[in-house]
Amino acid sequence: MEASADIAPKVVKDEKQYSYLNLGPTHPATHGIFQNVLKMDGEVIVDSTPTIGYIHRAFEKLAEHRPYNQITPITDRMNYCSSPINNIGWHMTVEKLLGVEIPKRVQYLRVIVMELARITDHLVCNAVIGVDTGALTGFVYLFQQRELVYEIYEEICGARLTTNMGRIGGFERDFSPKAWEKINRFLHEFSVVLKEFENLLNRNRIFMDRTIGCGGISAERALNYSFSGVNLRAAGVDYDVRAMNPYSSYEDFDFIIPVGTNGDVYDRFMVRQEEMWQSLSIIKQAMQKLPEGPFHAKVPEFYLPPKQEVYNNMEALIYHFKIVMGETDVPKGEVYHCVEGGNGELGFYLISDGGRQPFRLHLRRPCFIYYQAYSEMIKGSMLSDAILTMSSMNVIAGELDA
Amino acid sequence: MEAVSSQISVSEKPDGLEGQGFFATRLDKVVGLARKNSIWPLPFATSCCGIEFMATMGAHYDLARFGSERLSFSPRQADLLMVMGTIAKKMGPVLRQVYEQMAEPRWVLSVGACASSGGIFDTYSVLQGIDRIIPVDVYVPGCPPRPEQIIDGVMKIQYLVENESLRRRDSAEYKAMLNKYGIE
Amino acid sequence: MMEAATQEKITSVINEKFEGEIIEAGMVKDFFTLIVKKEKIVDIIRHLYNHSETKFQYLTTMFAVHYPDQNQIAMVYQLHNLATNQRVRLKIFLPADNPTTPTLTTVFSAANWMEREAYDFYGVISEGHPNLKRILNVEDMLIFPMRKEYPLEDQTREDKNDLMFGR
Repeated sequence: MEASADIAPKVVKDEKQYSYLNLGPTHPATHGIFQNVLKMDGEVIVDSTPTIGYIHRAFEKLAEHRPYNQITPITDRMNYCSSPINNIGWHMTVEKLLGVEIPKRVQYLRVIVMELARITDHLVCNAVIGVDTGALTGFVYLFQQRELVYEIYEEICGARLTTNMGRIGGFERDFSPKAWEKINRFLHEFSVVLKEFENLLNRNRIFMDRTIGCGGISAERALNYSFSGVNLRAAGVDYDVRAMNPYSSYEDFDFIIPVGTNGDVYDRFMVRQEEMWQSLSIIKQAMQKLPEGPFHAKVPEFYLPPKQEVYNNMEALIYHFKIVMGETDVPKGEVYHCVEGGNGELGFYLISDGGRQPFRLHLRRPCFIYYQAYSEMIKGSMLSDAILTMSSMNVIAGELDA
Repeated sequence: MEAVSSQISVSEKPDGLEGQGFFATRLDKVVGLARKNSIWPLPFATSCCGIEFMATMGAHYDLARFGSERLSFSPRQADLLMVMGTIAKKMGPVLRQVYEQMAEPRWVLSVGACASSGGIFDTYSVLQGIDRIIPVDVYVPGCPPRPEQIIDGVMKIQYLVENESLRRRDSAEYKAMLNKYGIE
Repeated sequence: MMEAATQEKITSVINEKFEGEIIEAGMVKDFFTLIVKKEKIVDIIRHLYNHSETKFQYLTTMFAVHYPDQNQIAMVYQLHNLATNQRVRLKIFLPADNPTTPTLTTVFSAANWMEREAYDFYGVISEGHPNLKRILNVEDMLIFPMRKEYPLEDQTREDKNDLMFGR
């Protein structure tokens, strides 16, 4: 019967019926503003098209219009989970351009702050991996500890999240006794909580089944994609800026660089976990070895003089005015400085034309570089694994979109 | 058990007539009381302020004390749109669509300098305040605001919710205000 | 700091196949920098990638710089050899009116978004790029905002009173 043949559904033999799913940009599971249009075959991802730029804030253009000390607040808002690393990385870049010698004490204090920041960064990421695998407990536990770190920041610089910490040349003030007390309390309490968190997840059968083999990447591909930081180390490459190009006296401390083998979610989780222990150890070492000395270098052109001097000393008043108005010229030059940020090699490429503002500031944002591998990493995996892969890569929207 | 139950505070009942087995009061007061303590927020978190929002939701600050721990990630069930973080021009249409999908009554809390005014990002790519595309009820200043400030903002919203007339959303002024934004 | 012998080695590796391509070589602060001719940049990078003595197999970063006075756009490539911890920076200069360069995605997958970013900000066209379109800005944007002639601020704002901002 010809009539019924018309009614019968047409079966496409050669091509499967794919469905398209729009994930993001405000999807609750993506922890930030990322859009991925997924081509799905049932529950399996066949292809994905990422769109980024939803919070593009033009950091690099903005930096071309700001004096050097006013760029620090912009760097805060890049990777806001570990803003002190960004601040200090930027200060060190300017110091490199100026050729300033930084006192040992400042370097050690910086190490302490940067490692605290690294802990908070990894802690947020690992807590969120826990949430995405269905373990909300760890999140609530760890976030209380993060509050302790924020209290330390408050004691050092007055702010919680976007710290704007330190100045070009050192710190605005020395750490107060209260700050040391809080750091000691944190070191003491956090190691207990971290151990508990490890007990909760590290050898948890459900967690391991869920994460091992999920969202993996090989070392070759990771290198070709210019991965850095935890994601690269989880794939088995022991590249850590702190060890390879030590800055701020990292060569004085003993620490190991944990590496993974498969580059999957579990490896990334474990590497972060171990790095938190290493950070704790570095902080302890730095506190033990902390030398006496000034808390800032002598860079009168960039370091605000104490108020006492401003009122009584003409030169100090002039410097104060010049710094606040951003009228200090910087020598010509080009520098690249990188630090190990929460997510990897955080680089600042600064070109100065001798003026009060940078001629060009390029930010090597690790997130931006490794997030492009995401499409490749989730190809062929389940939708729920894609969510987990994203949270384990610790993509921070502010850093991604600049 | 007694110690715990003595710590639980019950919100005060509105003014009304009370007697044996009955209590009479105005409907909008009862509705306001119920709505106020069960606001479902939709966190539209884009950047730094979103991290502070996570702290607000955490155990330390605990937004659940204000009846707002149930996050509604679907705009259709949400009462309160919390916009936290920079809204770039690319994101503007998305935000507007989310707002349009929300059912009345809806409130908007703009958290942080970026959402309120563009903040330090006076650049070509950033929307200079979300009130250019959607109406805002409460602004929370700060870059980012502390969790206490976010909670304060939520309490301000609670005040608005409690005291809102039941007919406000039908009024001509309200419609005219929405029309100004080109909504409906 | 990179030793003179290493610098020599890198230049000789390039010269053995690409004689006369290097315009200038030297240390800029602590970074060994080579300014090369623009035509064969990708071949040079591929050569440095494959050559057993250099093996620069990690692309640290890559970006553009606009020099309005010379009417040029520079592309900067930073390569890293993770085994020996050597870094090198390569620079090419393109005319700002028509900045075109072959794509590096054939060597490094990471170059994909970096080239899109350079296109988005400066209009640098990478020939052969698999998907060259704007990445961070809205797609219907007409200008290349990072070029020096374009202002930072949103020009459609009308609520800013110049008098109050001292301009």
